[in-house]
Amino acid sequence: MRVMVKIKRFNPGRDREPYWAEYEVDVEPVDRVLDALEYVKWHLDGTLAFRRSCAHGICGSDAMLINGRNRLACKVLVKELGARITVEPLRGFPVIKDLVVDMEGFFAKYRAIKPYLIHDEPPPETEWRQSPEERARFDDTTKCILCAACTTSCPSFWANGAYIGPAAIVNAHRFIFDSRDRGAAERLAVLNTGLGVWRCRTIFNCVEACPRGIDVTRAIAEVKRALLFSSL
Amino acid sequence: MYVGRERPTGGFEVFAWFFMRISGVVLILLVLGHLAIMHVLNTVDEIDFEFVAARWGSPFWRTYDLVMLWLAWLHGLNGLRMVIDDYVHRKGWRAVTLTALALVGFVLLAMGTQIILTFEAPTSRVTAGLP
Repeated sequence: MRVMVKIKRFNPGRDREPYWAEYEVDVEPVDRVLDALEYVKWHLDGTLAFRRSCAHGICGSDAMLINGRNRLACKVLVKELGARITVEPLRGFPVIKDLVVDMEGFFAKYRAIKPYLIHDEPPPETEWRQSPEERARFDDTTKCILCAACTTSCPSFWANGAYIGPAAIVNAHRFIFDSRDRGAAERLAVLNTGLGVWRCRTIFNCVEACPRGIDVTRAIAEVKRALLFSSL
Repeated sequence: MYVGRERPTGGFEVFAWFFMRISGVVLILLVLGHLAIMHVLNTVDEIDFEFVAARWGSPFWRTYDLVMLWLAWLHGLNGLRMVIDDYVHRKGWRAVTLTALALVGFVLLAMGTQIILTFEAPTSRVTAGLP
């Protein structure tokens, strides 16, 4: 199957502005977009830069804008897109080169919500106990792979890059609703600002973008409700 | 380091969010009732000064309209505040637009409230000084 892959390329050391480059590649219909990108890099133009690690939808390295939607290049098949494929870097992050974006700010926001178990009581002799129901409470948000597809699909984030973003809120949710954790108040304080959860306008782009099927807007709403009930 | 954090807004943003939800639900009921009375059950041909005066003779409809005015106005103002928050980034412009919004919002809300609270229903259009 011959496919035309159009890639938004940019090398800050050389180019004044990003430009579109087109490559004709030979792929199987069941190949992934990542295979098409690798074909370009290995056979047509070795200067093309993109991130990928596990290539199986778990590491979250290859999120990019594919045919206008944020997806993982390793999770979308060529046959789902047809003969023309457009690939752009994630929106709202500075471009380092081609499809590689600067995610420092993204991870700084992730660290800001304290993404680790906070517990000051003495540890039990065996392990922290948790019932299946208590575990189910935050199961959805444990699925996050930090690919940034949600945050970079969010118009609130595009409008204001200082917004903490859906990915950080999802990861705060994962601990706030964990029965073993005692740090909910600290995390809620971080999120209770005009640049925290209250910047979310329930646009739902994040839900559409998440390659892991996380109900992101619901998680954000649950954090908002937790803030409401903790301040009543 | 993450530098995007604003100082905590205390309870205001929580309250504003909750207010939007509650006022939205109440407004759906109030506005549907208002539309039914003013545009479905009565047509614009029947509605005139006396109709409104007679309606405002009852404390129930005054309260109804007052609640609708306050909820709709504050709901809309808070929506505009969010639009400004999203799209006006420069400090000076933020101060100008938010102050203008607060001023216009307060003046118009006060005017509407004053009319609903102090309106006195005259017995006829003539005593009201109308043709």
